[in-house]
Amino acid sequence: MRVRQQVWLWLAQRVSAAVLAVCIVVHLVTMIYAVRGGLSAAEILARTQGNYAWFAFYTVFVLAVSIHAPIGLRTVLAETLGWRGVVVNMLTLALGITSALAGMRAVLGVFS
Amino acid sequence: MKNDFRARNHPAWWAFAVHRLSGVLLALFLPVHFWSLGQALQGAAALDSVLQWTALPIVKFGETGIVLLLAAHMTGGIRLLMIELLPWRDWQKTLLALAAGVSIAIGLVFALNVF
Repeated sequence: MRVRQQVWLWLAQRVSAAVLAVCIVVHLVTMIYAVRGGLSAAEILARTQGNYAWFAFYTVFVLAVSIHAPIGLRTVLAETLGWRGVVVNMLTLALGITSALAGMRAVLGVFS
Repeated sequence: MKNDFRARNHPAWWAFAVHRLSGVLLALFLPVHFWSLGQALQGAAALDSVLQWTALPIVKFGETGIVLLLAAHMTGGIRLLMIELLPWRDWQKTLLALAAGVSIAIGLVFALNVF
């Protein structure tokens, strides 16, 4: 991969990390609040169904993690296992797209 | 040059190892997380059939572990961003201890609320 593309991946990883830091703080607080007294579909859906603020938040969260995780995995595969090249690039790109689709499916699931 | 244990017996190497391991484990957890929440598309009953597992102590223990991984990856990541993007200051050396302390505290708060 050319240097210019590597720099873009590095930047995308850092920008998505900064977005995720904010999202994870919100997620941790929500989780710690939500698990009190056990989890139930009714309680979760009461919070998320038809709520555009949560929908927007989880959309940003899913897209940021779908950028962040595949780039991170690509780096780990290259540095730890020595797997580099077009196949690994395409595989991690496919993972990112799959993650975005599966994540948005979950977001729509709790919104609709 | 031989990269023996001395290069690894350092807090910064452990921070690297924790960041890498937690990142991979969180990436593996993500499909399970998305799939289970996606059950809501089949209705509240379908989501509840997955959520009932979360009442088991072993699952609560696992969730606490995942929260700890998430907190460790987040605090470790914030440490990396501060080291990479801010001018170097001596106080950044203490970020390692701060990241470890904050992530353990988050894990404990979650455990106290989930059990």
